[in-house]
Amino acid sequence: MMNALKKAMGLFWIVLGPACILFLFMQAFEKVGLAEAGVAKTNTALQWGIILFIFIPIAAGLVIFGYYAFKGEYDKLPED
Amino acid sequence: MGINCSFIKAKYESGMRIESQKNSIFKVIGASSLGTLIEWYDFYIFGSLATIIGAQLFPADAGASALINTLAIFAAGFIVRPFGALVFGRLGDLIGRKYTFLLTLVLMGGSTFLIGLIPSYSSIGYAAPILVLILRLIQGLALGGEYGGAATYVAEHAPANRRGFFTSWIQTTATGGLFLSLGIIVLTKNLIGAEDFAAWGWRIPFLLSILLVGVSIYIRMKMHESPMFTKLKSEGKVSKNPLKESFSNKTNFKMVLLALFGATMGQGVIWYTGQFYAQSFLENTCKVDFNDSRYILLWGIAFATPFFVIFGAWSDKVGRKWIMLTGMLLGIVFYRPIYQVFLDDTDVSRVSQQDIKESTVPVVTRTAVPKSLDSLITRTSAVTLLNGASYTRVETYTRFAEREKTDQRHPDTFKDKKLSAPVFWKFVGLIFFQILLVTMVYGPIAAFLVELFPTKIRYTSMSLPYHVGNGVFGGLVPFIATLIASFSGATPLSGLWYPIGIAALSLVIGTIYLSNKKPDHGESDH
Repeated sequence: MMNALKKAMGLFWIVLGPACILFLFMQAFEKVGLAEAGVAKTNTALQWGIILFIFIPIAAGLVIFGYYAFKGEYDKLPED
Repeated sequence: MGINCSFIKAKYESGMRIESQKNSIFKVIGASSLGTLIEWYDFYIFGSLATIIGAQLFPADAGASALINTLAIFAAGFIVRPFGALVFGRLGDLIGRKYTFLLTLVLMGGSTFLIGLIPSYSSIGYAAPILVLILRLIQGLALGGEYGGAATYVAEHAPANRRGFFTSWIQTTATGGLFLSLGIIVLTKNLIGAEDFAAWGWRIPFLLSILLVGVSIYIRMKMHESPMFTKLKSEGKVSKNPLKESFSNKTNFKMVLLALFGATMGQGVIWYTGQFYAQSFLENTCKVDFNDSRYILLWGIAFATPFFVIFGAWSDKVGRKWIMLTGMLLGIVFYRPIYQVFLDDTDVSRVSQQDIKESTVPVVTRTAVPKSLDSLITRTSAVTLLNGASYTRVETYTRFAEREKTDQRHPDTFKDKKLSAPVFWKFVGLIFFQILLVTMVYGPIAAFLVELFPTKIRYTSMSLPYHVGNGVFGGLVPFIATLIASFSGATPLSGLWYPIGIAALSLVIGTIYLSNKKPDHGESDH
């Protein structure tokens, strides 16, 4: 039961990684665009660039984590 | 009779041996913790002095961008921490724990001392911020290498059934370093006065670091190598390429990912929300007075710090998982109500005339509006309330060049809010509660991470998820939460969705995938 849940959630993490990056890109375009139009000056390309630069590799890590979970790698941990 | 005597002698010798082991582990903890505490102190004074340093490093007319750039330099230190974990973790698994974290201590102390000596922008121009950025990057790298070494070193000296208790002393050092940095800054400022402190006194906390580091190096030089690493070395089993073994070996890499997503990611945001964002929120959003916001944090830290050891020791009995995850759950549930109280109790816009004890005669200033003939009139007055609270009220009007137009009044602003005693202690209680959650997630985590990986790649493997979780997810809490709160339509509480979301994700992953049992890498007793 628990192992089935671990595997099923693995698929969710695989989807969640790219979904987060897509969401961040959309936010970045919107907010930087607003900043250029002078609406919200606090959101600059540099700030959003840093956020994307940092979180893209982490999202890739989440996809790998999901893949391992889906393949059943976490069904049995060393301590079990 | 003879049998009795030898029994008593054996009992006495065994008692002495246990006593001597106890003394030895406390010496190890003392020596390791002192160095780590100093490294945290060095790392945090920069953030606590960002406003003043910004004014020294950038042109006088840079205004708010000086602070933002200084915060960016501060954040750079967090972002490079995982790289420090890789570089020094590899070194620690190759040449040993002792010499590696001796090196990180020297690098950290040296760069902190040099920041205190950097000339200002007016003397060397943009070389000043560039030099500070380089030194800050060295600080981040050194800290990335330090913590994993200290935690591993203590854990490898501790008996397996009490790792949570012994490593929890190392866990107190991050909060202790923050406490020390806030305390020394407030003390120095009160001793020499605000004006001198802004001009040159801010350098004192940086320069002082060299003395603290000197003492710590002397103590660490006398320490011995970890017994587990020594055993591994004598057996010729030291890893030849710890980076490759940690991250190209699937068995280890999947545990690195699990540690990051199931524990350190959530732990990092809980740590930095309770101890960093809380102070930033009180000072910048609620406009609480500089000293009051720091005293609230100092009291909260002082009351909560013993709980690192309590939860660390408890995790030896009931396991690490559920203590850490409960801390995350409580953060998710209570952050918004707590910060709503901060907002409500510092809202002075609805204070009625009956509540005001006295109000000073407003000081009126008039400044020209750039590129216009209009002017801006400000009326600043200090207000004291009957309950002992006080604040500064600023009324602002635009006076138009065209005489027929009437003045346009802008919303009043309030700053330098000093809290009444009951509200002050209520806030101390709320900060205490947030730091209590920090002790739940952070107290057992060193033991949890150490136990997740085998000795020969432990330094490298545990350092990376720790520093990505804390340095990246945690360290970016003030920056990202402030950014979210600046979106159109956002409320002052909107920024909290970042730590709440990350903690919730970590809670779900931790609940499903983590085990509450201790792994055994064949080293349970040494």
